[in-house]
Order: sequence, then structure tokens, then C-alpha cells
Amino acid sequence: MQPEMIQQAACGGGAFMAAFSVFVLAVFVGYYVVWSVTPALHSPLMSVTNAISSVIIVGALVAAGPALMNTSKTLGLCAVALAAVNIFGGFIVTQRMLQMFKKRK
Amino acid sequence: MTAFLYLAASICFILALRGLSSPVTARKGNMFAVSGMALAIGTTLASPHVQSYGMIITALMAGGIVGTVIALKIKMTALPQLVAAFHSLVGLAAVLVAAAAFYAPEAYGIGVQGNIATASLVEMSLGVAIGAITFTGSIIAFGKLQELITGKPLVFPGQHPLNALLGLALAGLIAALITAQSAALFWLIVAVSLLLGALLILPIGGADMPVVISMLNSYSGWAACGIGFTLHNTLLVITGALVGSSGAILSYIMCKAMNRGFLSVMLGGFGAEAATGGGKAAGPKKSAKSGSAEDAAFLLKNAGSVIIVPGYGMAVAQAQHAVREMGDLLKKAGVNVRYAIHPVAGRMPGHMNVLLAEANVSYDEVFELDDINRDFASTDVAYVIGANDVTNPAGKSDPKSPIYGMPILDVEASKTVLFVKRSLAPGYAGIDNELFYRDNTMMLFGDAKKVTEEIVKAL
Repeated sequence: MQPEMIQQAACGGGAFMAAFSVFVLAVFVGYYVVWSVTPALHSPLMSVTNAISSVIIVGALVAAGPALMNTSKTLGLCAVALAAVNIFGGFIVTQRMLQMFKKRK
Repeated sequence: MTAFLYLAASICFILALRGLSSPVTARKGNMFAVSGMALAIGTTLASPHVQSYGMIITALMAGGIVGTVIALKIKMTALPQLVAAFHSLVGLAAVLVAAAAFYAPEAYGIGVQGNIATASLVEMSLGVAIGAITFTGSIIAFGKLQELITGKPLVFPGQHPLNALLGLALAGLIAALITAQSAALFWLIVAVSLLLGALLILPIGGADMPVVISMLNSYSGWAACGIGFTLHNTLLVITGALVGSSGAILSYIMCKAMNRGFLSVMLGGFGAEAATGGGKAAGPKKSAKSGSAEDAAFLLKNAGSVIIVPGYGMAVAQAQHAVREMGDLLKKAGVNVRYAIHPVAGRMPGHMNVLLAEANVSYDEVFELDDINRDFASTDVAYVIGANDVTNPAGKSDPKSPIYGMPILDVEASKTVLFVKRSLAPGYAGIDNELFYRDNTMMLFGDAKKVTEEIVKAL
């Protein structure tokens, strides 16, 4: 066996497997957490998940990071702006909705 | 260190969703989500990858201002369109990030331009394809919800074979990209996916929009996931998976509430078939009893218990405030007033709850179908406003009806049904509602808001 493969076997797979395990576990966490969301709050659930999926901005920031201007940086900056619309818009509209859910005496 | 902070951000997101299990904890949950995002952005900005800040801050602020203004101005009735529009932005952002990674793979440690690791290319292609499908699909959904495009399903011959062909082409292009790694192929993948996204959503009718919008929610998550795999970023993978499974569960709930298979929703054309079927069913003329606002006020005032069944029509007529006023007056008169909400009332999951909350209806007076359905039998008056198909008894009794098997609010079991509606025209699903012609039904013809206001006056 190649040394590389022995190492892989010992760690239970390569980098992809690690990411994939995290993915599968996160799907399970999502599954259980989302089923516990009360149906009355399904709209805020959608807007907040929409806002947090804009965490893709992390990738955009790395692309927009270098000091020199190039194709990749331009694409990154556009993505930063788009994701920012979503982040601010998504959180604010969620907050607006949640503020309305009140119990009256 | 970065990895730890990213992990903390992921946990914040999980706690945010967890908070939504009750309206009491939900606001705290949203704050967790905001902190998680701030943490994620802050951590990335502080990393050595980011060397110049000026333009990034400008882009962040420009986007932030636009988003803030939109979010503060949007009317709650237009919420579904807004969410669809926001989904499209996530999709487009995913495409741009994938493109950025394609042109500068060194920044993410996935190879050098022209020689990107095969696994990364596969992940990148999937991310970019899902992103592009989300983008155009959401734009079409937005157009339908905003009524810029007809809500009717757009079907043409050869649609499904064409989509299948595009899907195959996509798979072929991805395989080609892995060997050739050319920018032209990359953009061709984007183009085919954009086309596919639009074609997938166009044939889906207005009645199925709650499913579509949940599904696009899910797609935006999977797109983020794909990008997360490409960039070896677990925060993106975790968040994408949370969002993806959330959207998938919502689609499932919506499909179940309409007794429709997910696949049949996706294949589209629902409203079109039903409309022709409905035309035939309406053949023999039956008579419906109609009443005035005064009659309705009299019935409501003398009732012991009233269940209000709101639907999207109430939102369109902006009648929710008048409805709440009516509810308040009745409560003052000692009537037990509750609200019953069908899962697919409105155009996105939970839409009706938000609209009632906006009109200041206390959330403990609002009940879901399963919690209130058996109470109709012991209720004096059911006040149906702007809902139609979700009260149609054909869902239980007529195996030939297109909505047969769909869970129905049993309004017909209450002593009297007051049905506010403009005319006897069929609802979204395009089918006649036999409830209109029942002996215990009184139709209140007119605009939902005007009728309710007249009742309030008469009370």
C-alpha cells in the first residue's frame, strides 16, 4: 500500500470525506431543528434561511481580497454586493415579521 | 483560529433556527443569526486573504443600503415576491463566487488556473449549475408572484424532453470541463443552467407557488453547499445543508397540504388541466343563498363561537385589519373568536400567520389545521374570507376532483358558513366549490374588505 493511502485509511478518508461527513451531519441537524419550527413561523424561517445562505459572502470576500484588480476580484466584489443586499434585507425583514408576533392580553 | 470562529458562526445559525420553535424565542434566534453572520464576515475580513478593504467596504455598504431600504419598505402581502427575489440573489452570488474561484483558484488553494483539482471542478460545476438554476428559477417565480408573468402554467409540447436534453447536456459539459478546463465551457454550463432554471419553473401554476418558493429556498442552500465543497469551507457546507434541508422540509409540508406529489408539482401544468375540468363541472346551474352585511352581523353577534378562515384573498383586499376589528368587537360581545389557517393559505408557508400578526391578531388565537379542524362541528359560525379551495368538501368526497385527498378545513360542519367572495367563480385550482350551494352557507358577495367593514359597522 502507498504511504498516502495508509494515512487516508487511518483518518477514515481524505479531505472530501471530512467535508462530506460534516455535510451529512449538518443535514441531519437541519432536519431535526426545522421540524421543531412552529408552522406559524414558517415565513420568518424562510427569510432567515435566505439571509444565512448568503454566508456565501465569505467566498466572495476571499475573491475580492487581493490588492490587484483582476477578473476574479471584480466577480468577487459583485458577489459581495449581492450577498450584502440579501443579508441586510433578509435579517431586517425577518425581524420586522417577528416583531409583529405578539400575544395580547 | 479561523476555523474555530467559523464553527462558532455555524452554531449561531443552528441556534437561530432552533429559536423559531416558538414566537417567544424567535427574536433572540434572529439575533443569533445576525451575530453568526457578523462573526463570519469579520473573521474573513481579518484573514490574510483580504488585503484591500476600500472597495469591499463600498460593495458591502452599497448592498447593505439597498437591502435595508427594500426590507423596510416592503408590504407584508408582497413577502413571497421579496423572498423569491432574494433567492435569485443568492443563486447569482453563488455563480459569481464559483466563477471567481475558476479564474483565481490559487486564492482558495484548489490548484492553479488551467489545472484545478478534478474534485474541486466537479464541486464547482455543481455549485454553479444549482446557483444558476436558482437564479433564473427565482426570477420566473418572482415574475409570477408579482403578476408580471401569467400565473397560469406555461406548457408547450416537447417541454419535458427538452428539459431532459438540457440536463444531459449539462452533465456532458461538466465532464468536458474536467478534462479541458476552458472558460468557454464554464460559461456554457452557466448558460445552460440559466435556461434550465427558467424552463423548470415556467410550467408550474400559481397554485403551486408555495412549493416552488420553498424548493428554491432549498436550492439556494444546496448552491451554497456546492460552493462550500469547492472552497473547502465547512461554514458554507454546514449553513448550506441547514438551508437546503429547511427548504426541502417546507416543500414536503406544502406538497402534503395539497396532496400533491413533489414530482407532479415539478412537472407542472396543474392549473391548466384543472381549469378545463372545472368548466365542465359547473355545467348544471345550482343556486346559492346570499345575504347582506346586516344578516351576517346578526348571525355573528348571536353566535357563541366563531372561527375565521382567512385565505390569500383577504391579503389581496388588505382586509386583515378590518377582520381583526370585527374579531375584537365580537370578543367584546362575549363570542369566542379563533382563526383557522390551512398550511397552503397564502402564497408561501406561514404567510397568513404573518399577515394576521401584522393586523395585531394575538398569535394564541391562530390555529393550524390539525389543531382546530375537529372544533368546526361545535362552532356556530365559520367566516371564510378569501379562502376557497382549502374549504372545498370535494377534497374529501369526490375522487374525481383534482384536489381529492387534500386536507380540507371542515368549515361545512359548523352551523352556518359565511362565505365572503366576489362571485361564484372557482378558486386558484380552477374547480367549483359545492360549499357555495349548501343550505347552511350564506354567500356575502363583494370585496373582502368592504364586506367586513360593513359588518363592523352593523355590529
